[in-house]
Amino acid sequence: MALGFADPFDALFRFQRALDQRLDSDWLEDATSGVGAFPPINVFRQGNDFVAIIELPGVSKDDLALEVRGNAIRISGKKLIDYGGKASVHRRERVAGSFDRTIALPVQLDPGRVAAEYRDGVLVLSLARAEIDTPKAIKIS
Amino acid sequence: MAATQDLEVQQKRELEKKDESTAPARIFVPNTDIFETEGALMVVMEMPGVNREHADITVEDNVLNVAGRIDFSKYEKMQPLYTEYNVGHYRRSFNLSPNSFGEHKISAEMKDGVLTLTLPKVERAKSRRIPLK
Repeated sequence: MALGFADPFDALFRFQRALDQRLDSDWLEDATSGVGAFPPINVFRQGNDFVAIIELPGVSKDDLALEVRGNAIRISGKKLIDYGGKASVHRRERVAGSFDRTIALPVQLDPGRVAAEYRDGVLVLSLARAEIDTPKAIKIS
Repeated sequence: MAATQDLEVQQKRELEKKDESTAPARIFVPNTDIFETEGALMVVMEMPGVNREHADITVEDNVLNVAGRIDFSKYEKMQPLYTEYNVGHYRRSFNLSPNSFGEHKISAEMKDGVLTLTLPKVERAKSRRIPLK
């Protein structure tokens, strides 16, 4: 299903439903690995390529590391929370700690064309397919 | 220190609405830390995807209201394949103890999807040491 935004009235709601439909779909199969399930990841198709979007609020760009190899992406880093010296805590819902997660896509990636952008606590990974894995039209004779 | 523990996934909490909005979209509750320093109450909220132009903070009748809007137009032409979380706008309110904070001196800062509000205490709300005779 391609997402259209022609009707902005319920566009967000329809988008949220579309996300729900692919919740823990088997597209990544058992390929997600690594130490933990943090951070949660959404994967989208955009044309022939893929986009992975990861929410990492409170993680500084300097504390974030990315690696790409073959069809695998590794995201690791740490999230620090500083209450300052003399503070009495009323409510604590945010959690600090370290993370290390590897996901494997069912296609080969071109590491030279993987781009990462981190803004407002959201990491956007543009994942380009390797040339050998790009679909080619077959001429019917 | 806390940084040695491994992070676990925190499921996003959906806002339980007392009043319904006209548009049917789901709204989420930002994870929030609240702590008190000598001079101020600090409110720290996680709203990934919200930039400083789309955060809206008001104080009305001693209620602190925070709303954050995400820009989901960047998802246009993207087809979800595998998802682990949902996205949406954020909203949360807190009751403040009456007349304790200088409502016009509240300052806000946004960094890496985290909103930090500093609510300075007014003079009479600060704790005073009582001298023992």
